[in-house]
Amino acid sequence: MDWSALTLSLELAAWTTAILIPVGVLIGRTLALRKFMARSLVEALIALPLVLPPTVLGFYLLVAFGGASPLGKIYEALVGRPLVFSFQGLLLASLIFNLPFAVQPVQRAFESLPVQIREAAWCCGMTPWRTFRYIELPLVWTGMLSAIVLTFAHTLGEFGVVLMVGGNIPGETQTIAIAIYDRVQALQEQQAALMSAILLGFSFVMIGFIYYLSDRTRRNHVR
Amino acid sequence: MYADRNSGLQVRLQQILPIPLDAQLHCDMGELLVLVGPSGSGKSTILRCIAGLADAATGLVRFEDFVWLDTESGVRLSPQKRSVGLVFQHYALFPHLSALENITVVLDGLARNRRRADARELLELVNLNGLENRRPDELSGGQQQRLALARSLARDPDVLLLDEPFSAVDQITRRKLQRELARMRHHLELPIILVTHDLDEACVLADRMCILHRGETLQSGAPYEVMSRPQTETVARLVGLSNLFKGKVLGHDSVRQITLLDWAGYTLQCGHHPEVQPGQTVNWVVPPENVILHRRHRPSRGERENPVNGVISDFVVLGGDASITMLVNGDPHKPLSFSLSTHVAHRNGLGTGEHIRISLLAKGIHMML
Repeated sequence: MDWSALTLSLELAAWTTAILIPVGVLIGRTLALRKFMARSLVEALIALPLVLPPTVLGFYLLVAFGGASPLGKIYEALVGRPLVFSFQGLLLASLIFNLPFAVQPVQRAFESLPVQIREAAWCCGMTPWRTFRYIELPLVWTGMLSAIVLTFAHTLGEFGVVLMVGGNIPGETQTIAIAIYDRVQALQEQQAALMSAILLGFSFVMIGFIYYLSDRTRRNHVR
Repeated sequence: MYADRNSGLQVRLQQILPIPLDAQLHCDMGELLVLVGPSGSGKSTILRCIAGLADAATGLVRFEDFVWLDTESGVRLSPQKRSVGLVFQHYALFPHLSALENITVVLDGLARNRRRADARELLELVNLNGLENRRPDELSGGQQQRLALARSLARDPDVLLLDEPFSAVDQITRRKLQRELARMRHHLELPIILVTHDLDEACVLADRMCILHRGETLQSGAPYEVMSRPQTETVARLVGLSNLFKGKVLGHDSVRQITLLDWAGYTLQCGHHPEVQPGQTVNWVVPPENVILHRRHRPSRGERENPVNGVISDFVVLGGDASITMLVNGDPHKPLSFSLSTHVAHRNGLGTGEHIRISLLAKGIHMML
């Protein structure tokens, strides 16, 4: 059992979730409430990681983060080491490929909010910030929880992009999904089975939790 | 016509797109103005423009000396800055908060205890005491409506707007809520504008009502005034008046204070309408209560007034009343409706196809230009 790979995966998932949820709320809310020309384009870009093969996405990220790219150059000049094959590079990639999981559930939640509820709040004198804090946020909470769980679980399970961008450096970029692959390659099937079972159990509990929550919310709204 | 008055709420809105508007309203302190019109006539849009939720291309919304909207000088206050309470058609309560919290959450800037006390007071005002901890989905339709009303009053608004507030409840609850509003409004010294498509509701509640058609305010006045003296044919149709016809003015008799009208081969004597010119074609209407049936086989005096012959084309008994449509001179383009007590109709042997004679009371004939 490779504990450092599991810890690394959890760390990556925690950072990704923590950074991405506020971003997801901001983007999801904007997409749900504002009408603008480029909306479809933005939505398509955000959904792209869902349909793109992870290796393709990983390839482009690798190019974008590499020492030859402007981003890679700036990062290396500032931090003193390359962005690719580092935890930070992995995190940045993780933020990008998790975008649809953080944005879409929040967007759906904001879309299902009746417009009149926000208007009623304004007509009662509530400022936009108070409306967001006391009315909108509690009502989209289950959508946010879905986003949190999906982002977290998906980060644990991502393989292709992580391998392309992070490489396979134990303790730095080797996540549990890649560690499993490694063990299988090394014919250490028992270790691979154990780690797979942990990931399976974890994912199942997480997804079950989401369905339980959304079911409860639906029942609450019907009642 | 109220542009020079400075009290209460004044509204003037004009636009062509997306929804045509040409509205002019005034609502005094303590007055209940009902905006009536068919669906799609722009009633809700006008309320939204007053509340600041929608914008009109050009217009002015002013409460006393406070200008809320003035497109000429570029003033457009946000809904938060307009002291307005709005009750939405489907209430738009905050579903995750209890009845009490639905009100406390909008009472910003007060101490917690004070907010709760104020909220309780408002709940009491609308007879919801005891239900403070219920969530909106645990309240009946009528209770939800009252909560919405209480919440709209929480900011102590200068103007109260009600958008079809009784449309989402059953009829018995509706009557009850209407009575409650009629009672409560006397404690509220502010202009109240209520929007509805229900003429009966308008007549029951309104101090003044305003008829709206395709975004245009056509006529406003006391309900009885508007219902019996529509200024135009469109208003007459919108308030559901039947017996609407066109006739030609023959002349005036200033001694007898009547105007003579040529219609369907009859010379009708009408109440004096000095504003119409001889030779002019006018619309005229006679409310059903001004149509009198001549007793058959037993003509009597008092039946000399504008006698008209016809054939009954439709005879429907609705409980104690019989609703009758007769074709004047048998002409299918001239249906005239009135109603009678069912027993009177039976005693006179009325039924479809029967020939009858009626009188149109001169005073009841109303002409429109």
